Amino acid sequence: MIEAKAIVQEVQGRPVLGGLSCSFQKGRMYGIIGPNGVGKSTLLQLLSGIDRPKHGEVLLDGRIILSYPRKQLARIMAVLQQSGLPPVGFSVREVVSMGRYPYQNWLGSEEKDSDAVIDAALKAMGLKELEHRKMDHLSGGERQRVALAKLMAQEPSVILLDEPTTYLDIGFQVQLLDTVRAWQRERDLTVIAVLHDLNLASLYCDELVVLHRGTVAAAGEPHIVLTTALIEQVYETAASVISHPLTGSPQIMLQPYSYKGMNQVMKVKERQ
Amino acid sequence: MLLLAVSIIVSLSIGSAGISVRDVWGILLHQLPWLADKPVAYTSGEVAIVTQVRLSRVLLAVLVGACLALAGTGFQGVLRNPLADPYTLGVASGSSVGAAFIILFGLQTALGMWTIPLVAFSTGTITLLGVFWLSRSKGIMQIETLILSGVIIQSFLGAFVSFMVSLSQGVVNQILFWLMGSLAMRSWDNVYMLLPFLAIGLPVLLVYGQSLNLFVLGERHAAHLGIRVERTKLIVLISSTLLTAAAVSVSGVIGFVGLVIPHLIRLLVGPDYRLIIPLSAIGGGVFVLWADTLARTALSPKEIPLGVVTALIGAPFFAYLLHRRKLKEGG
Repeated sequence: MIEAKAIVQEVQGRPVLGGLSCSFQKGRMYGIIGPNGVGKSTLLQLLSGIDRPKHGEVLLDGRIILSYPRKQLARIMAVLQQSGLPPVGFSVREVVSMGRYPYQNWLGSEEKDSDAVIDAALKAMGLKELEHRKMDHLSGGERQRVALAKLMAQEPSVILLDEPTTYLDIGFQVQLLDTVRAWQRERDLTVIAVLHDLNLASLYCDELVVLHRGTVAAAGEPHIVLTTALIEQVYETAASVISHPLTGSPQIMLQPYSYKGMNQVMKVKERQ
Repeated sequence: MLLLAVSIIVSLSIGSAGISVRDVWGILLHQLPWLADKPVAYTSGEVAIVTQVRLSRVLLAVLVGACLALAGTGFQGVLRNPLADPYTLGVASGSSVGAAFIILFGLQTALGMWTIPLVAFSTGTITLLGVFWLSRSKGIMQIETLILSGVIIQSFLGAFVSFMVSLSQGVVNQILFWLMGSLAMRSWDNVYMLLPFLAIGLPVLLVYGQSLNLFVLGERHAAHLGIRVERTKLIVLISSTLLTAAAVSVSGVIGFVGLVIPHLIRLLVGPDYRLIIPLSAIGGGVFVLWADTLARTALSPKEIPLGVVTALIGAPFFAYLLHRRKLKEGG
């Protein structure tokens, strides 16, 4: 379990998080949503134990996250970054095997044989044919798959995703989140993802945490959190919320300003 | 390794004193304890040239090259900057200021034989900090800005050393030759001085080889994989500066070794620092050995400063790297 307690954080002197508290239970997938600049990525960096909050603390399984030795923390928690992996000269397999670093001693060798883990990760991400290809010969989508395979090789129990779908087209977005969701269910992982797309967040997450003005504006299951009132309050835009025809998850329909009155009309019609 | 051995053998055999190849090896073999009782057929002068001058110089060239190439590898890895090396970062010049100061005021022995390297290390570190400070804007270091800062500081410090040279009369030659890099007039003492630095620097960098591989992906990636980023940076930077200072204390400013060698090795074996680090040490040794052999034999009996030879090879290579980088960004 991960807990953030009364977090206060500034970014370049600007207050971003003001006394934020939230907690994340084991085995569930969370989406952190909120408008630009609200501190979603800042929060994720605090949860990953790299940055130190100005006030407050982050606890991982009841222990202050900054007190974990870095390698031990990396065996528990892995992070997928928004920027993805750079096009370097290493091969796909070499990069994926870097995920084993937290399990290696200072001489760079590991007690158990890691090849099986690496092979499984490559296979899961459909990278087996590309394993000897160099990273600088891959597309952005393929590199993001390598990044996820590296995460799998790391065998964490908590994964943090920082806007993992930003640079992907919709096909890859769904593919990536499908993979993460399947992996999460199989290993009972805790997933915390900063997501930009409210509809994707609603489709894939067990719970959503909505950030607004430095604190949590709402948290809970998507159908409880995602309401027209909340969207209006947090994003300052009018939207209709409908049910997904297949999954039943709430989906946001944006609307131009000129249709602002229509919400009322629709509600009246529904009542009739 | 084989290349290194062959280079040492060939280089030992060439020289301006006109001793034949057979005699050189006769003298060297004669030094081996189990062959020492054979009748002596060489003059003591010849023996001195081979054992005292040439052998020490050859070994010194290998050691200096290894130190500089290792330092370059370390700088490039931890700064993720393909143009970084002790010379372009100004660390070599920084070290030389300290060392020149010591030589000018005749303080070489104030702290024993370690005086010059220690002072050179201090001024080298200060220079590196200065270069970082100059190139940092909003916490980000641009690759080109870093090198530009290095070059600015380097030329400033170069002027400073030249100023010191013009102040003094007696030691002008010593400082001047050393400013352009040279291995002439060195002795076994210098070899013994350099060895411990290499003996510490090489294993330390080797241990951090895998960390440097992860650095290639970016500092945050490395941190998320369990690397203590700040500590790694500090240790690798200190080791590299220390290796630079040690090399500079012995040979003066020899440019571009730390730039050219890691790149060549990378072209040969790929991006894995666990291979690049040891091979750079060997490659650097071979490179400086050949450069020095060229320096002492090309215009024999006159000597070309070693720094001139390496710059003649290294500067065009630097230009090539810069050009290739531009092409990559453009396309």
